[in-house]
Amino acid sequence: MLRFDSSGKPFIIIRDQDQKERLTGSEARKANILAAMTVANLMKTSIGPLGMDKILVDQDGEVTATNDGATILKNMQVENPIAKLLVELSQGQDDEIGDGTTSVVVLAGALLEESLSLLEKGIHPSKISEGYEKACDIAVKHLLTICDKIEFDKENYESLVLSAKTSLGSKIVNQYTDKIAKISVEAVLAVADLERKDVRFDLIKLEGKTGGTLGDTELIDGIIIPKNFSHPQMPKQIKNAKIAILTCPFEPPKPKTGHKLDIDSVKKYKELLEIEQNYFKEMTDLVKKSGATLVLCQWGFDDEANHLLLQKKLPAVRWVSGTDIELIAIATGARIVPRFSELTEKKLGKAGMVIEKSIGTTDEKMIVIEKCSNTKTVTILVKGGNKMVVEEGKRSIHDALCVTRNLIKDNRIVYGGGAAEISCSVALNKASKEITGIEQYSIRAFSQALLSVPIALASNSGLNSLEAVSEIQLQQLEDKKPFLGIDCLSKGTSNMKEQNVFDTLRGKIQEFLLATQMAKMILKIDDIIRPTGQY
Amino acid sequence: MSEAYQPARILNQGSTQEKAEGARLSNFVGAIALSDLISTTLGPKGMDKILQSPSNLLDSTITNDGATILSSIQISNPAAKILIEISKVQDDEIGDGTTSVVVLAGELLKESEKLIHKRIHPQTIIKGFRLAKDIALKKLKEIAQDHSENEEDLKKYLKKIAMTIFSTKILTPYKSIFADLAVDSILRLKGSTNLESIQILKKTGGLLKESYIEEGFVLDKKLGVGQPKRIENAKILVANTSMDYDKIKIFGSRVVVNSSSKLAEIEEEEKKKMIRKCQKIVDHGINVFINRQLIYNLPEQFFTDHGVVSIEHADFAGIERLSLVTGGEIVSTFDHPELVTLGTAKLIEEIMIGEDKLIRFSGCKEPSACTIILRGSSKQILDEAERSLHDGLAVLSQMVKNPKTVLGAGCTEIIMAQAIEEAAKETSGKIQIAMEAFARALTRIPTIIANNAGYDAEQLVSELKTSHYKGNNTFGLDVTNGKVCDVQELGIIESFLVKKGMLLKASEATEMILRVDHIMYSAPRQRGMN
Repeated sequence: MLRFDSSGKPFIIIRDQDQKERLTGSEARKANILAAMTVANLMKTSIGPLGMDKILVDQDGEVTATNDGATILKNMQVENPIAKLLVELSQGQDDEIGDGTTSVVVLAGALLEESLSLLEKGIHPSKISEGYEKACDIAVKHLLTICDKIEFDKENYESLVLSAKTSLGSKIVNQYTDKIAKISVEAVLAVADLERKDVRFDLIKLEGKTGGTLGDTELIDGIIIPKNFSHPQMPKQIKNAKIAILTCPFEPPKPKTGHKLDIDSVKKYKELLEIEQNYFKEMTDLVKKSGATLVLCQWGFDDEANHLLLQKKLPAVRWVSGTDIELIAIATGARIVPRFSELTEKKLGKAGMVIEKSIGTTDEKMIVIEKCSNTKTVTILVKGGNKMVVEEGKRSIHDALCVTRNLIKDNRIVYGGGAAEISCSVALNKASKEITGIEQYSIRAFSQALLSVPIALASNSGLNSLEAVSEIQLQQLEDKKPFLGIDCLSKGTSNMKEQNVFDTLRGKIQEFLLATQMAKMILKIDDIIRPTGQY
Repeated sequence: MSEAYQPARILNQGSTQEKAEGARLSNFVGAIALSDLISTTLGPKGMDKILQSPSNLLDSTITNDGATILSSIQISNPAAKILIEISKVQDDEIGDGTTSVVVLAGELLKESEKLIHKRIHPQTIIKGFRLAKDIALKKLKEIAQDHSENEEDLKKYLKKIAMTIFSTKILTPYKSIFADLAVDSILRLKGSTNLESIQILKKTGGLLKESYIEEGFVLDKKLGVGQPKRIENAKILVANTSMDYDKIKIFGSRVVVNSSSKLAEIEEEEKKKMIRKCQKIVDHGINVFINRQLIYNLPEQFFTDHGVVSIEHADFAGIERLSLVTGGEIVSTFDHPELVTLGTAKLIEEIMIGEDKLIRFSGCKEPSACTIILRGSSKQILDEAERSLHDGLAVLSQMVKNPKTVLGAGCTEIIMAQAIEEAAKETSGKIQIAMEAFARALTRIPTIIANNAGYDAEQLVSELKTSHYKGNNTFGLDVTNGKVCDVQELGIIESFLVKKGMLLKASEATEMILRVDHIMYSAPRQRGMN
């Protein structure tokens, strides 16, 4: 790009014109909107209880089959910058809420699609943005008026299970929703602090294991580490274990500074030998002296040290992963000790029972740490017929956990099955009539876009989508019931209250906000510069 | 101008995707091709396959085992990968039925392909399949016979099951011998599923039927030179320590000397150190020393002088097994003989199997220990025999825990299929069609078995079906004679767990594949020429 300065000399603003491609103005906007719509259309088919899954084959040919929007987008390897933004969007929803990762992308795509016709009418993108902003405001306010509260406590958690079931309904685990939803809720309640409305997710561990079916998934009171004891003759069961957690290897020290140790006489040789022997003794003695009855180590053991541990009757586990170490430290109240010399009795963790268990005919063992003293920790052991199912099961359970956590933080809900979206859409339509000016158009467009989720839901369920949605719209308008939604499973009623299908209010609001923000951001772009030859 | 209206490219260069019908087609084609590939190995008259390794053309495997075949073929189709995965899990969990699980999944997918052509939505098919699976499972549980009470009975049934398993493998002609071997060794485990204490040793030479069970533990190693070949009342130290030269493990240490005399001194010291170690080992009061690592001549000499038999280079699995059966711990330091638990064996002797000398440990602390010696005329035969035997052992070990049996020879499949058909009659809607499809897929299994045996499969299976309708619920296929007969009398019995695993895993995988409507392939990772 060339410009001329005041004295008439040319100067270059953007270098290497021939290597760059440029789209500006409405062309750029259209290209962006098109890209976003492509992604949104891709995701549409996974919405709802009858939505479909996608198979993703990664660079090394590994197969992932999933229904989770965030996972699909993350592993899709997109290149288009706008598509990348949508990946971020879904990720944002996943981090904040953990559920609704598909709907947020579909909504953003629909908002942009609607803006296309507004742009053609000659409405300035900034005006559209403003209108969307306003519409989003109205929609969120409307959500607050139609939301319901659910009541629960540690014993009566039926309502939580129901909402977890809604989240699980669209995944492959939906065959076993009853069981898995219950497990998820129990896991969250086990670690939740209902008074502070806080849930520490790091205290719930998800461990996958092939074998059995998804229905064999179980909740274990304690922590599982997929390791075995370092020496086959160590006891397989330790009661009232005092656990020393070490992050230093049972090996002679290796200073990080490069060094050489020269042996030039027999005397030195003998000395060194003695030092070596002492290292091992000292290490094991220090551990023993602290009163520990179980050693968990992040690193490896030398053969000799391993045997000394056995001799000193100190069961030990090596190569325990960093995350496991942290979890165990929290659960048992142990301190993670980086040096043998710093190990004291106070720094030991306590657990009622540690057992090594084997599973199946192959020699795979797991160590279960139960009855941890400090905080309650639980593990959900996900089973399944193949590793893809197990992975998908883990992702689905994570979603259900998130939903439950959100409800503990904020017990307000809105009704699912597209009910909330349709209700907001109706409300917006009404509101738009009281607003004069260009904004009216944007608000109406927003109201149309909101319908995209119920429409996708209906068409995935094999219904005549437009007809079904308009019918619900009419019913909602006439009966003033914001809990009417799409009857995806043909249960014979569109009353979502009866079907017990609901989403968290937090999640829904977040979904609206994030999608609007993304649409506004993409509308603002009017120039794409990229090096050629890359596409 | 033009670019803005072109469909937007979203994915990376080299990435491809398949959508809706295309994706479904590619899934079906891949999965069905795979199941067709191995369906010929199903049943007692199934055929074997040769697997050639891509790196070494001389190294080939001949096998009938589904999991082995599937794990060694290179596949890029994602749906086929899912099937391979279920076969692997079935192998891990139960040990047998690795072929039938894939064949059933393949047949289910074939049926669903037809349904999709009839414009039935995949989710509806899934719903029907789930219902059908539940019915089949319920029926399966109903017809399963429990043999936990009577121990004599159990043994008889275990043998029958083992015979059924072996009858589809290379061991068929000698299935009775091998069934006895397997049952005998499993019963020694006394309910443990730890197959580790059953050792299978392959020795070429002789015939398959000359295989036998050896009491105690046999180690495929040689005794040290000049040491006695027979030790009674052995006290064994099982060790994992370096006996070649024992370097000091302090990082960065090295020897720097300025004269050869000093070098000699240090060497002398090294030797002394080794001798000291040997002395410490001898001080344990042992007469047998087994090490995982090499034992050099110097220490071997020392041991011989002190009347200790040494065995070197017993591999890791060997060491673990030895410590398990002799009851000794694996030792790496030798300063406290009083704390070390030594292993014991009544008798250790060198024995000959064919041309080879082996060491046998008998009268060990752990009586469950035994070794099955397989004989056979070639390496391939031995390998296949070992795989078959392992399948049998795995199933039997699970059986001891859960002693439920069902009838084999296609009988169970027909019963389940008919239960589903019955239930389908009372179910209205498209689900009914899906359930019928499930039943058809189940009946395909006896059809394939009969086909593989070279009979008029459709004829036989329809005869089988009618006899079931007439109430002969124990009828199945007799593939040796090519007719329908009472399986109970034939004694073809299978483990309930195998059938359950097959049913559940196949339907789970089918569901997973059916749910997919979009496949995205990442660009393959760029690899260098090497």
